[in-house]
Amino acid sequence: MVAAINFLPPVDRECWREERPVAESRCGRRHASQGGRQAPTGKGLSRADIGQSGPSGGKAVPRAAKAVSKKRDEDASTEAGEGVDEWAAAKTLVKPPDQLELTEAELKEEFTRILTANNPHAPQNIIRYSFKERAYKPISYVDQMAIHFSLNGNMILKDSDEGRRQSIRLSTAAEKAPVETSAVTSEETEIKDEESTGDTQAAGDEEAEGSGTAEVAEAAEAEEPPRPRAKEQKLANQFNFIERASRTLNNPMRERACQSEPTPCKNFSATANQWEIYDAYVEELQKMERSKEKEKTKVQIAKREEEKKKGRNLTSLESQSDDITKISKAAKIMERMVNQNTFDDIAQDFKYFEDASDEYRDQQGTLLPLWKFQYDKTKRLAVTAISWNPKYKDLFAVGYGSYDFMKQGQGMLLLYTMKNPSFPEYVFSSESGIMCLDFHNDHPYLMAVGFYDGNVAIYNVKKATSQPSYRSSAKSGKHTEPVWQVKWQKDDMDNNLNFFSVSSDGRIVSWTLVKNELVHTDVIKLSVEGTTMQGPEGLQLQTLGCGTSFDFHKKIDYLFLVGTEEGKIYKCSKYYSSQFLDVFEAHHMAVDSVSWNPYHLKVFISCSSDWTVKIWDHTIKTPMFIYDLNSAVGDVAWSPYSSTVFAAVTTDGKAHVFDLSINKYEALCTQLVVAKKKNKITHIQFNPVYPVVIIGDEQGHITSLKLSPNLRRMPKEKKGQEVKKGPEVEIAKLDKLLNLVREPESKAGK
Amino acid sequence: MSLKRSSVQYTPSYITLLCLLCNREKAEVEETLKRIQAHKGVIATIVVNAEGIPIRTTLDNSTTVQYAGLLHQLIMKARSTVRDIDPQNDLTFLRIRSKKHEIMVAPDKEYLLIVIQNPCE
Repeated sequence: MVAAINFLPPVDRECWREERPVAESRCGRRHASQGGRQAPTGKGLSRADIGQSGPSGGKAVPRAAKAVSKKRDEDASTEAGEGVDEWAAAKTLVKPPDQLELTEAELKEEFTRILTANNPHAPQNIIRYSFKERAYKPISYVDQMAIHFSLNGNMILKDSDEGRRQSIRLSTAAEKAPVETSAVTSEETEIKDEESTGDTQAAGDEEAEGSGTAEVAEAAEAEEPPRPRAKEQKLANQFNFIERASRTLNNPMRERACQSEPTPCKNFSATANQWEIYDAYVEELQKMERSKEKEKTKVQIAKREEEKKKGRNLTSLESQSDDITKISKAAKIMERMVNQNTFDDIAQDFKYFEDASDEYRDQQGTLLPLWKFQYDKTKRLAVTAISWNPKYKDLFAVGYGSYDFMKQGQGMLLLYTMKNPSFPEYVFSSESGIMCLDFHNDHPYLMAVGFYDGNVAIYNVKKATSQPSYRSSAKSGKHTEPVWQVKWQKDDMDNNLNFFSVSSDGRIVSWTLVKNELVHTDVIKLSVEGTTMQGPEGLQLQTLGCGTSFDFHKKIDYLFLVGTEEGKIYKCSKYYSSQFLDVFEAHHMAVDSVSWNPYHLKVFISCSSDWTVKIWDHTIKTPMFIYDLNSAVGDVAWSPYSSTVFAAVTTDGKAHVFDLSINKYEALCTQLVVAKKKNKITHIQFNPVYPVVIIGDEQGHITSLKLSPNLRRMPKEKKGQEVKKGPEVEIAKLDKLLNLVREPESKAGK
Repeated sequence: MSLKRSSVQYTPSYITLLCLLCNREKAEVEETLKRIQAHKGVIATIVVNAEGIPIRTTLDNSTTVQYAGLLHQLIMKARSTVRDIDPQNDLTFLRIRSKKHEIMVAPDKEYLLIVIQNPCE
């Protein structure tokens, strides 16, 4: 009947005092009423005793009921003495307004209450899902512990870390209070205290007190105190720590790419050679020079520049369109090479052949024929003049004309090179036959030319035209007869070019190129002596001789010789215009050529149609040597390499080469060069460098011949003695000869 | 000394003269090439431009192309050799003599002139 009471809930004493009018409403009436319905207690309290306690409609809470009943008993027993008095005093029943109305029978009903030690609030039937059996199963044991009150305590163990820290803090806090005035030292102490985690507090205090040393390190340690404090604050409670982390929203990543247009690529490859680098530098240099020139030309009139530009544009356009002109140089070289191949043997002969048989023929030489130069348009013209170019030793100029009075036609001027025997390099044409020509020494592109009609002209090889650059005319004092010889002189004082010309009209004229005009000056008039006549109106008429050739002295500038048609040779000076220095009765017929010896200053040679060649000393009236060649001598020329060698050509087609040092009386070589009957040789010239002579004939052919060694003999080297070379030797050589000749002559009175 | 003329008036007639002169040059070159071709022993003449393309030839096409290509390379090599030794120097002519004939090449700045000649008499 009666359950063991092992549980006594706290009892509100107030509700026990049911009789009291004041406290009744406050107490847990329900407890009381519910207890009433329960099983009777051990003491068998009837409802009547507790009937007044508030009726509650609810079910009995066994716990509370039991507790109330139990407590009442105890209270009744313990406080019987105290409470009885009070209860006895106030025994009047007070009815609350909401009291349950019960009948008597119901009031007397006894309720049994069992008191157990079970937790009345604990659930009795907890069902849990068991994964093992895959079913819901009731839990056998339910925890009966009922916690009425819990309070988290804040007590920590003294010896734990936290405890120690707190104690230290408390102690420092206590110290801080009295030392508030000097914050420095207080900080020090804290610092020191904080630092000495391992040290005992006493040590820390001692350090703190030693303020002298501590103050020094104050600044460095200023940061220390906040740090440990911050550390401490961060400590988390190990038992009740909830880390609440939250994740920010990660924005979804999206990849956005864009590709730019690739820059246009171009493959470039080149070699970097030394010469490519060199070329680049040269180009740079040229550009700079051009820019410099442009700056200079900017100073000039702008109009002129425009014109030039027009010209340049034209040429550039032309050059772009004309592919073929660019190859002109290569074509030229190629032509020469092709010719060299064709005339290979001749080229080899020219270079290397030396007639071996000359060793056996002591006083004879030969002329080896080399190339033959001819041109279509000059087939009917005679070679009237030959001259080697002073600069280019392989280039020579040939003048074409006609010696025939009746058959006068056009003239031509061709420049050939030995490198190309098949075609002339330059071609010039003229209306009148050319009679003579001469290259300028300093300007090897200029040629002075004398015509059959008495005109003179200057041709410029550099210019593309086939017409002369400058020309005399009837107005400007041309000769009235053919010009037989022209010769360049040194530039006059104004640096103008000038040359002399000699003609059959008896005048020797000096032509000067002044401001692009040929200005003539009569130097001398070849008056024949003793032929002054009395003309009408009292004029003295002079018969003028006809000059056919002249030559200027190499060293003595003013001195020159003139040969005439009458066979006389006049020695003249530029400064004496009316008189001759001397007269030589040279020949019986026209003097075709006079020429000073290239080495000896006194010796000159002359040839004539009277079949003779004569060598003179200009101081002596009579010739030193006379040679009869059995035919009219067309031309005579000294050799450039020896003072004693000269060559002459005759109209019978023979060339004669003499060497006075070897044979004074006979020619070393007499060779037929051209066909006898049909052709006549007109001129001969020695090449200044090579052992070659060129001979021109009447049919427009030029034949080149190589001199054999005998003809070019140099003085023999005596053993032990140095070989003297040079003009002095030559002069001496000739002198010796002359002396030999002179004395017997003077003696013999030749 | 100055042989310069006074400033020239660039009249239309002068310009035509210039054109004629340029044409004259062209004619000259043409003539030269014709002479070369007509020369004794010459078998063929080829003009090749800077890229190795023949622009003028007297041979049939395939042979020309062959010659042009091969000789072009050879000239480049030869020129490179000469210039490597001395950059101020430059190749002026190349001759290849073989059993049958002789190949002569005259290089220019932009062109090559190739002539095949039979030098034997």
